[in-house]
Amino acid sequence: MPVPLDPDPALAPYAHPGRLVSTEWLAAHKDDPGVVVVESDEDVLLYETGHIPGAVKVDWVMDLNDPVTRDYVDGAGFAKLMSTKGISRDSTVVIYGDKSNWWAAYALWVFTLFGHEDVRLLNGGRAKWIDEGREMTKQVPQRAATDYPVVERVDAPIRAYQSQVLATLGHVPLIDVRSTPEYTGARTHMPEYPQEGVLRGGHIPGAVSVPWSRAAAADGTFKPRAELEQIYFGEAGLHADDDVIAYCRIGERSSHTWFVLTHLLGLPNVRNYDGSWTEWGNTVRVPIAQGEEPGAAPPVPA
Amino acid sequence: MTNNAPARMPDGLQSIIDDFASLAGQDKLQLLLEFAEGLPPLPERYASHPELLEPVPECQSPVFLVVEVDHSAPKPTARLFFSAPPEAPTTRGFAGILHEGLDGRPVTEILAVPADFALELPVADVVSPLRLRGLSAMLARVKRQVAEQMGAA
Repeated sequence: MPVPLDPDPALAPYAHPGRLVSTEWLAAHKDDPGVVVVESDEDVLLYETGHIPGAVKVDWVMDLNDPVTRDYVDGAGFAKLMSTKGISRDSTVVIYGDKSNWWAAYALWVFTLFGHEDVRLLNGGRAKWIDEGREMTKQVPQRAATDYPVVERVDAPIRAYQSQVLATLGHVPLIDVRSTPEYTGARTHMPEYPQEGVLRGGHIPGAVSVPWSRAAAADGTFKPRAELEQIYFGEAGLHADDDVIAYCRIGERSSHTWFVLTHLLGLPNVRNYDGSWTEWGNTVRVPIAQGEEPGAAPPVPA
Repeated sequence: MTNNAPARMPDGLQSIIDDFASLAGQDKLQLLLEFAEGLPPLPERYASHPELLEPVPECQSPVFLVVEVDHSAPKPTARLFFSAPPEAPTTRGFAGILHEGLDGRPVTEILAVPADFALELPVADVVSPLRLRGLSAMLARVKRQVAEQMGAA
């Protein structure tokens, strides 16, 4: 039996309201058969300090990234991970995490690469759950292993490679979701964050700057649809039927924006360029724009 | 030139390395969590003056540290103070390891800690090498502050 959607009227205006659940809904449904709660954080140890009762942990580096190639796990790796975590192909997966759900959105995006159908985000993430004084535990649930099928990862609909970004420069709208100093080239990493080995600063020519956090309200929930439309359609100039590519530094903050554009505003073809600036800013001879203006895409050098 | 002393792992840190090496997987994370929870709070003189601490921007979370060299003893020793938020337990855990292994130790011992200590700590398989950079950055700052205070003495 499918797990019911959250009927919260605040979610109804979004394009795909079934992709979000409120903390109230999760408190009532987290133990429903078919529901698996997943915590996905930036800090690999945060889950161990306490988590939502029943939640299992999926770490973006240790679990979702291939340990050798700079890529995601393959179908066999994902099936093994899902089995270990007690997740079935028809499970309703509800993901939450720290930092306004950056890493939770990133995990949801990776689940989507494998076509896991029912995967939802906890609106407001870990912080909202804690701020509301809801129960946390250090008890790690023992979930029975499942027989998750090996499903081929399908990148094309939601993932962009550097070659594709380069080939469509000036044609496919780009959204740069990093902080303003990263966009202008004044710095190559977020304020307060480590320099992650990028040789050049700036942005991909033509990319419009919309820092990811503009989509988040103060409590970490997503802003109402009308406000999101004003930001992405009104200010950034996107259209409801545009193909769009979002990028950041390593693809995690842009997963947050990918979620907003795809599931909250309903754009049909949004891709996350996960190579992002750590790939682009290190690549020989790709064009780069600096400063506050998007800049024009130059002709591709011969 | 104490800061050019040959590298040697102090017994305290070696003991922590051995503890991690004796564990596997989830148990390593639990030990790191114990270090995170065991990191002592800042004494009042620093808690009320956070500007006296040096930031470590290589860590993914806000972490600050300060070192005090005690020149009164025949062999100078150093106290280590760290500040990292509870929402950053990995960073707190790394700070807790350095505190446990080096706080109150002779400066010669601290300056001799191999710069690649973070690579010697067998936790890359549970926290990823990426996240170990913060530990190296913290150690480098500890050693630099010690060397500066020895030079100024």
